[in-house]
Amino acid sequence: MLSRVAESIYWMCRYIERAENVARILKVNWHLTLDASSEPQWHPLISIMADEIYFQEHYPEVTQANVMRFLAFDREYPNSIYNCLRQARENARSIREAIPTDVWEQVNVFFHEVERATQSNAVLEAPHEFLGMVVKGSSEFIGRSYTTMMHDEGWHFARIARMLERADKTSRILDVKYFYLLPKAEDVGTSLDNIQWQALLRSASALQAYRQIHGPIAPANVVELLLLGYGFPRSVKFCVDRLQHSIAFVSGSPPGLYTNEAERHCDQLRSQLACARVDSIIEAGLHEFVDSLQVQLNQVGVCVQSQFFDFRDVSLPEKGSPATPQVQLQ
Amino acid sequence: MILDVYETEGFFDEMLDDGGAPRSGMTNIVEKLVSISQEEMTKQQASAERTLREMGITFTLKTEDGNTERIFPFDLIPRIISAKEWAWIDRGLKQRIFALNAFLQDIYNEQRILKDKVIPAELVHSSPGFRRECIGLNPPQGIWAHVTGTDLVRDADGQIYVLEDNVRCPSGVSYVLENRDIMKRTLPHFFDVGKVCPVEEYPSKLLEMLLHLVPEGVERPTVAVLTPGIFNSAYYEHSFLAHQMGVELVEGRDLVVMDGYVKTRTTCGFKRVDVIYRRIDDDFIDPLCFRPDSVLGVPGLMEVYQQGRVALANAPGTGVADDKVIYAYVPDFIRYYLGEEPIIPNVPTYLCENPKDLGYVCENLEHLVVKPANESGGAGILVGPHVSRGERDAYREQIKRNPRNFIAQPTLSLSRVPTLCEAGFEGRHVDLRPYALYGKEQYILPGALTRVALTKGSLIVNSSQGGGSKDTWVLAE
Repeated sequence: MLSRVAESIYWMCRYIERAENVARILKVNWHLTLDASSEPQWHPLISIMADEIYFQEHYPEVTQANVMRFLAFDREYPNSIYNCLRQARENARSIREAIPTDVWEQVNVFFHEVERATQSNAVLEAPHEFLGMVVKGSSEFIGRSYTTMMHDEGWHFARIARMLERADKTSRILDVKYFYLLPKAEDVGTSLDNIQWQALLRSASALQAYRQIHGPIAPANVVELLLLGYGFPRSVKFCVDRLQHSIAFVSGSPPGLYTNEAERHCDQLRSQLACARVDSIIEAGLHEFVDSLQVQLNQVGVCVQSQFFDFRDVSLPEKGSPATPQVQLQ
Repeated sequence: MILDVYETEGFFDEMLDDGGAPRSGMTNIVEKLVSISQEEMTKQQASAERTLREMGITFTLKTEDGNTERIFPFDLIPRIISAKEWAWIDRGLKQRIFALNAFLQDIYNEQRILKDKVIPAELVHSSPGFRRECIGLNPPQGIWAHVTGTDLVRDADGQIYVLEDNVRCPSGVSYVLENRDIMKRTLPHFFDVGKVCPVEEYPSKLLEMLLHLVPEGVERPTVAVLTPGIFNSAYYEHSFLAHQMGVELVEGRDLVVMDGYVKTRTTCGFKRVDVIYRRIDDDFIDPLCFRPDSVLGVPGLMEVYQQGRVALANAPGTGVADDKVIYAYVPDFIRYYLGEEPIIPNVPTYLCENPKDLGYVCENLEHLVVKPANESGGAGILVGPHVSRGERDAYREQIKRNPRNFIAQPTLSLSRVPTLCEAGFEGRHVDLRPYALYGKEQYILPGALTRVALTKGSLIVNSSQGGGSKDTWVLAE
């Protein structure tokens, strides 16, 4: 498979997964604001995306409308839902001969729907439908990919992208809530805001699974499910397990061996999660754990990039911008 | 819908004769059109456009605000060509394309035609499309233009002429296939009017032609379509053709010359490529050979090509035949190489290069269309009757400064086809671009791109200037 094609599949999937996660987070928060019993919390959402500086430079204050506009519609901010879809579509457009027509058409229509929605301020007032559409669009994308793509190299690059992005976002959701709601370790399990923890679970579509496994809300159990939950498809552990499997597939390595740095870093993270216990994580500091998790996920992403997409040979000339516009004639 | 009020207005109409009666073979389709209401037709038109948008069938338009993506406007009323007329076009194109290839092989090798003074050597050598780097090249079977998209037009008297040859990287064939697909989805019951030749065979024929070019001794050849990239106006087509043929679509940055071969960068290292259907102009294809600032091409590609280790379609150097001054001599090429009279005539052409023609052109600008010899897409054209005296005066000065660069032709009264407009059916001017392949043998796709000038009265069919397209039906009998 062409490196460029693999890379475009990768970014197409990362951006769609990112759009879905942003939509989930916005949706839950927006629901919370309608509830008189809790103070609206919009600031944590900016922290989730780790783009506080950008926000401060472009928006006067943290309000529902501003955060909503920032994360959903901003035409400049690269991680807004609009831009995620735009970039996913640009990537899809550059590889449409390599992906199933069904997948391309869905991404194309999905982008146009989002673009249309962002042209009206009405969505800012009542974003429920819009955000639902984004989550649904992403689900449809994943479904169509699963059922129409060959489950070969390209599909595994798609899964690498999706799992990296999802693991990262799940960890961020957890981190931010923990950071803002429970700054000190000894507070864990005491002054809980049940609604807030439920919202957190809901943003990861985890509430139902949580109830079935653990019943009453307890922060340690929430952390357990989102970080280490076995078989829960948005848990970090679940994502990293699949990630490792797919990286091994595209590397062509036999089980138990690694042949490149992407594999090595990923397997290191996988084994760490396999042996982790939630009480020791909380004791040592959840924030520190999540921080290191994100660094390691990022490391895997960088290694995938250089191992499969970016390799260069010496004969390549330096790329510069052409002196005159280069246009085709016919 | 009522065709009673439809006026041919003195133009040649492809569907109706001067008396407003259906031409031979068109009776059934005209009946269909009459039976459908304007409301229904407008609804179907909107549905077709929505489908185009959803399928992402677009072209990139360069505007002052940057690039925008547009759908290529599609008109539901087909343009129909009778079996008899098509057989004539088919013969005429094969004859002409044979001669063009013989000419290209000749001027880059023996140069007999120059020695015999059929065309002044100076004209060939001064053409920007003439590539000295290609002298001595011998592509397989002496074929240079493997893919051709000849532009044909019909004048008021019904005569069809060749307007341009387009032997470099002609585009538009994807619209022929997509238009047919949309048409079948939207108005399936229109197809029972007669036997319409299928066009779906084109991608297989194209692949067959490309595989025919595989260098000897390659068992499992790799074919690739080389595109300038996503920002090229015809990107959709490059992607479409690669997809339809099941081959890789590559950009210059995906390719590298290594160990004497062209290779692609894959996730598992480098892999050899044997045939490249390139949709990049000569200028940009290899910065070591042609334009050194090109970032679209592959450094070293030409050397591999010259050694016969990769095949290119079309061969580099074909652009000389697209020079509009050279075009004027194509009927002579046909006589010279085939000993036959041309089947499809050229539009009468004045070469400003000749002092006598120059004098005539300068005095009769208000009746003529003047074109720069080496532009395309309608760029730089003066339509004499449609512009002010001031504009004509300014243009005249340009011609006099560089007569080699201009040709002039009488203003043709392009034929029209009924087209769905706000007020119902109205006649709009069209041209016709059939597509030809030349591998082991010649193949003319029985179908074509009919471009239509959607603006009332306009003669400019280019998509960048308000043109659209129609499905084109070649009748089987």
